[in-house]
Amino acid sequence: MTKKKKEVTLYVPSAPFRPGDKVNFAPFENEPGDLPRPDPVKCTAAETTDHAYGLIRVLNSEGIASGPWDPKLSKEELLEGLEHMVRMRIFDDRMMKMQRTGKLSFYMRSFGEEAVAIAQTMALKRQDWIFPTYRQPGAQFVRGRDMVSMINHCIGNEEDNVKGRQMPVHYTYRDGRYISVSSPVGTQFSQAVGVAMASQYKGLDECCITWIGDGSSAEGDYHYALNFASVFKPPVILNIVNNQWAISTHANLASGNPTFAARGLAYNVPSMRVDGNDFLALYSVTKWARERAASGAGATHIEVLTYRAGAHSSSDDPSRYRPGNEHEAWPGGDPVDRLVQHLISIKEWSEEQQKELEERIDEEVVEAYKKAVTYGDLANGPYPSVDTIFTEVYEEVPWHLKEQWDEMKRWSDE
Amino acid sequence: MTEMNIVQAVNSALDIMLLKDDDVIFFGEDAGYFGGVFRTSDGLQEKHGSHRVFDTPLSEGGIAAIAFGMGINGLRPVAEIQFADYIFPAYDQIVNEIAKVRHRSGGEFWCPVTIRTPAGGGIRGGHHHSQSPESQFTHTAGIKVVYTSTPYNSKGLLISAIESNDPVIVFEPKRCYRGPFYGDPHNVPTWKDHPEAEVPEAHYSIPLGKARIAMEGDECTVISWGTMVHVSEQAIKDSGVSCDLIDLQTLVPWDKDAIVKSIEKTGRCVIVHEAPKTSGFGAEMAASVQERCFYHLEAPIERVTGWDTPFPHTTEWDYMPSPARIANAIKKTMEE
Repeated sequence: MTKKKKEVTLYVPSAPFRPGDKVNFAPFENEPGDLPRPDPVKCTAAETTDHAYGLIRVLNSEGIASGPWDPKLSKEELLEGLEHMVRMRIFDDRMMKMQRTGKLSFYMRSFGEEAVAIAQTMALKRQDWIFPTYRQPGAQFVRGRDMVSMINHCIGNEEDNVKGRQMPVHYTYRDGRYISVSSPVGTQFSQAVGVAMASQYKGLDECCITWIGDGSSAEGDYHYALNFASVFKPPVILNIVNNQWAISTHANLASGNPTFAARGLAYNVPSMRVDGNDFLALYSVTKWARERAASGAGATHIEVLTYRAGAHSSSDDPSRYRPGNEHEAWPGGDPVDRLVQHLISIKEWSEEQQKELEERIDEEVVEAYKKAVTYGDLANGPYPSVDTIFTEVYEEVPWHLKEQWDEMKRWSDE
Repeated sequence: MTEMNIVQAVNSALDIMLLKDDDVIFFGEDAGYFGGVFRTSDGLQEKHGSHRVFDTPLSEGGIAAIAFGMGINGLRPVAEIQFADYIFPAYDQIVNEIAKVRHRSGGEFWCPVTIRTPAGGGIRGGHHHSQSPESQFTHTAGIKVVYTSTPYNSKGLLISAIESNDPVIVFEPKRCYRGPFYGDPHNVPTWKDHPEAEVPEAHYSIPLGKARIAMEGDECTVISWGTMVHVSEQAIKDSGVSCDLIDLQTLVPWDKDAIVKSIEKTGRCVIVHEAPKTSGFGAEMAASVQERCFYHLEAPIERVTGWDTPFPHTTEWDYMPSPARIANAIKKTMEE
């Protein structure tokens, strides 16, 4: 028998703070301008070591943009990004209210992470594929999806394009090249590599962007993706959104590495770590990765550092496992506030204009919601036809499903 | 005796086994500090320490693999998979490793792992929070398969599973965690005053491989497990037919004696499960009843199951077997 050492030997990391604890986030170590912008075509993984352990920023704490990563966006582009982020936030708030009244079974907000999908999708071309998780619905606004159609899905009514089959927030939007969201976390990450390999095979100017959470990057799918991307060099942009929480589990249980980005270096994939609440930095890094993909140089791995300001979902109560309102102390601040601050600093925006924008979007959301509920909602119906249980299981309905379909109809007619 | 719901009964079983045996450890996603998304391990980390009750990385394959490693090295690990729908990244580790190591090592290694996982529909979970994948494990040699239905059997069976030197997968009916489900989504009872909610606070176990006779009758035998036990109870009452209701409890190995005895008495058999029909465990039951009781059968065996389709979100009540569908099947066996 091996001799016993002592009573408690198993090391298990604990979260940095829990309810009742004081929150002390370390300030960001890098300032805008600290990290160079390498040539995206020639860049090697080794050249990105500082980028993977540091933090790419464009906006400083006063909202001033500077450094080689400043994408120098036009006023129109900045305002488009701001409008979509405001739209996402107000849309989320409305959906959450509807969830509380039973019109949706479940909901997940993007609160605090609105910049991620919106800035990154804006940095792509229209033909690029988007392979999202449940926290990138904002990409659909960039791609022009009708808000009524999004609500129809969430409330599972007759007009839901996925026919009441999926939980809310599990959007599918083929016209926007926005691929169907799946609940099992992480699966899309390696699938996106396949999407990109197909684009490469077809010789098309397309790339695929995908995201995974800090928590779900512990799944095998994350490692499959990095390895295949390293081997085949497809045009794929692999983002880890490190919002620091997987439901109640802190990011320090997902990886023993000091940064998530650094894991990509071991796969020989250039790896960047970016301030995820800095719209300009996110846009710029994604644009860099897109240039790299288009050149045939291969994949980029990006850690998007942010903070999950809200609950994981409508079923979650974060006050049981973290202090509450600690997102207000996050050194990255709020992505909407920071872009507003920047626009005001360059004298292209004012607080009054922001207020008007919010009122206009609120009206837009209320109008969309009123229209959507005319097609039904989860609390009151009407629902998609029960026939949708049997359609599209296969391309054509086999005999055994036809029999069961007939049997079901006998019961649902009663 | 104390009145408990299934969440409390599972918590009590884990607590007792952690106290009783230093080799028992419990882990899973959000299962440590938070106490599990369904609260089944609430308070256990605080009581037993974070080296015995802990959160893992979000990695079902990793969870099953470390359970294997701990199991062959003398621990008695209990792993939670947050939803049965999410067990598939762990499938290789369970099917090819955990379930096979005793046999492949000539008995030199074994793996007393328990995997507990909430399963089944009725919570508006869509197809990725509602599946009932028991038959994907009953088809696997080397692992025992349990499906609980009440607070009493959830505790007693989990204790047996943890004490077993064989690996056991325990499915818990998540719709019934806080109350039985009788097939009417608008009726949401708690476990209050239910006889099966009377649970001893102390250690007790229900042997693996033994069924529970939930109702007694002499005209028809209804075999079910999980949430469908309660829906079947409602259906039997609605049908007016005198039925034995057999809650199978353990699917592998199933209780041959209880089933044969009942069918020999009633001559009729209805099998109810919410998983899809094709290759569902009901198919195994029907074939076995036919093999063992053919000359006692008065009518063809009926199966009432979920459809061979993905589990829907908004239309889930048209997917899950309803009391009306089950009662109809019972009455159909009586027409012969």
